[in-house]
Amino acid sequence: MSLLIKGGLVVDPSQGLEERRDLLVERGKIVALEPPGRISDNGRRVISAQGLVVAPGLVDMHVHLREPGEEYKETICTGTRAAVQGGFSAVAAMPNTKPVNDTAAVTRLILDQAKEARNARVYPVGAVSVGSKGEVLGEYGDLKAAGAVALTDDGQPVTSALLMRRALEYARTFDLPVISHCEDLDLRADGVMHEGRVSLQLGLKGIPAAAEEVMVFRDLALARLTGGRLHIAHVSTGGSVALIRLAKAQGLAVTAETAPHYFSLTDAAVLGYNTHAKVNPPLRTDADVAAIKEGLRDGTLDAIACDHAPHSSLEKEVEFTAAAFGLIGLETSLGLTLKLVHAGELSLMQAIAALSPNPARILGVEGGSLTPGGPADITLIDLNREWTVDVNTFASKSRNCPFNGWTLKGRAVMTIVGGKVVWEG
Amino acid sequence: MEFRRKDLLGIADLEPEEISLILDTASSFKEISTRPIKKVPTLRGKTVMTMFYEPSTRTRMSFEIAAKRLSADTLNLTVAASSAVKGETLADTAHNLEAMAPDVLIIRHPSSGAPHYLAQRLKCGVVNAGDGIHEHPTQALLDLLTVREAKGTLSGLKVAIIGDIAHSRVARSNIYAFTKMGSQVTLAGPGTMLPPYLETLGATVTTSLVEAVTGADVIMMLRLQLERQGQMYLSTLREYSTFFGLAPKHLKLAKEDVIILHPGPLNRGVEISPEVADGPHSLILEQVTNGVAVRMAVLYFLIGGEKG
Repeated sequence: MSLLIKGGLVVDPSQGLEERRDLLVERGKIVALEPPGRISDNGRRVISAQGLVVAPGLVDMHVHLREPGEEYKETICTGTRAAVQGGFSAVAAMPNTKPVNDTAAVTRLILDQAKEARNARVYPVGAVSVGSKGEVLGEYGDLKAAGAVALTDDGQPVTSALLMRRALEYARTFDLPVISHCEDLDLRADGVMHEGRVSLQLGLKGIPAAAEEVMVFRDLALARLTGGRLHIAHVSTGGSVALIRLAKAQGLAVTAETAPHYFSLTDAAVLGYNTHAKVNPPLRTDADVAAIKEGLRDGTLDAIACDHAPHSSLEKEVEFTAAAFGLIGLETSLGLTLKLVHAGELSLMQAIAALSPNPARILGVEGGSLTPGGPADITLIDLNREWTVDVNTFASKSRNCPFNGWTLKGRAVMTIVGGKVVWEG
Repeated sequence: MEFRRKDLLGIADLEPEEISLILDTASSFKEISTRPIKKVPTLRGKTVMTMFYEPSTRTRMSFEIAAKRLSADTLNLTVAASSAVKGETLADTAHNLEAMAPDVLIIRHPSSGAPHYLAQRLKCGVVNAGDGIHEHPTQALLDLLTVREAKGTLSGLKVAIIGDIAHSRVARSNIYAFTKMGSQVTLAGPGTMLPPYLETLGATVTTSLVEAVTGADVIMMLRLQLERQGQMYLSTLREYSTFFGLAPKHLKLAKEDVIILHPGPLNRGVEISPEVADGPHSLILEQVTNGVAVRMAVLYFLIGGEKG
């Protein structure tokens, strides 16, 4: 059946297009993109996008789906449901599952579960090292053949500079990006939040900005050395933004992402020992928030990825130092990003670029574009709809969201994956 | 001024008037401990529970004696004998204890914010008896009382706090306490033990013990946790003692009537020389006596007569 999406404002950074267009979808593909009224309604299901933005399906390149192993926190089914409810037609699944996704078998299991769930597409990310233990290189060729699109030891940062060097070199063999969680574990020590005024006040041990920045510097140097495809995950500090900006200016082909909480919250969110604001890297300062926004504006930061990290009450309803790091973001990511658009801090085109074509390009996957011939992954967005974040309406199994109760303006109203409407609200 | 709180979680939350009220009340309670029969019926029928997740002799006993002198019934949960070792969560333990209807729960816990966590979840009062590296409010109150008794005032004094400021809940509570009451606080210690942003708490910061004690009315030495050596916070105990240990020669730099405080237990010969600890300027044992009085006052305000 063919689908005609009519009357919307098409915002497609991949074509530099921000105009009214009608969009025709057939057999899971985009087949035509034409000025309003040119495509006939005849025998087609017509979706009115009047007053809505029609964007290429959003892609979140940094998501923890917890399956296999921690299904009580999230499953591939519930996590991808949360994704489509938040406007995401595709997510990249981090490998720190139990077992770790360091083999083709685990990669295939993830893809099988995703296929059965029929929500968002799932792009598995394989482990840099066996078991993410930082010792032995994983089977990158096998992982790629099974469907993995990138490599990372996210959550278990690669401590050895030599292993990181070899990972970048070996990944180059298979043209896979290496996503680095930049954190010096020695320097982090037993820190539980950003080291600053608030940590001093609360008597909580701090994680200095330098714990991230020294590793960003190391990995940039290693990318320069190896020519490997380095992608820096969840950038949280102004110092990291400056290092990446400089490396890009010098011609290094590095990419980077940040998460909505790093431009929406500061360490003050931890006051009252709020475990939902306990996340790694930690929430930083006003100056860091400003630098992250500037990094998104000038393209130093390519992508917005929410680092969706579901945890149950077992991990979060405990004393602060005992609580797990991480927060969920798939259902608030777009709304928080649009807050920057409404505030004039980011253009709509820049926001969509960071949420769709840029992450798709970094991962080397289809999508992120409304060009005819490509997959019909499409997100319809009502820019002006005000809504209140209510964790009880979330599709995610978990509730660890520091934005509960916030009023946001703008949200996805329809998510289409491969030509199928998978969510409508 | 009234003291109407469910919990005592930290000095940071208190108004100066509330602090004065507690100190005044503590002063009046001191006399009870000098009677032949050291007991008044004020809290008869009330139940005070202590939950200590860290070792403590002084503080736990001090709370227990304070409660008993006011005729409250006391129960002590020590962690080794508790369900915590069987994997029960802090919240479950506390809810179970609450089901036995205590009036106040006194908690010491290695995790900063643990008392706040309980206070949000329990109907009974919660007293912070030391949480991680955050606060130890009753220690600061007993220090204030000791200084006020010795000096007659708390305003305009120069107070030096010396040692491992970074890991000291005693230091944090005392920084808040003395600055709120109008004293000037100077903090001194090796650079590794002075966290960034300390000056935002209203204190002066220096790496020189000599500078801190010069002209001081009060010198408070902090206990050095000896395991810090293995954690790269200091080189040798010998060197620590040379640069940050309080010796008789330092007292000459301070005011003539300087008083010396230490929250205990002492590392004699490390942060404080025996001559100073046992010398005429030392009020270290007076602090312990005042600890009972201050805790009596705190229990009285949290669960005392008129609110019951």
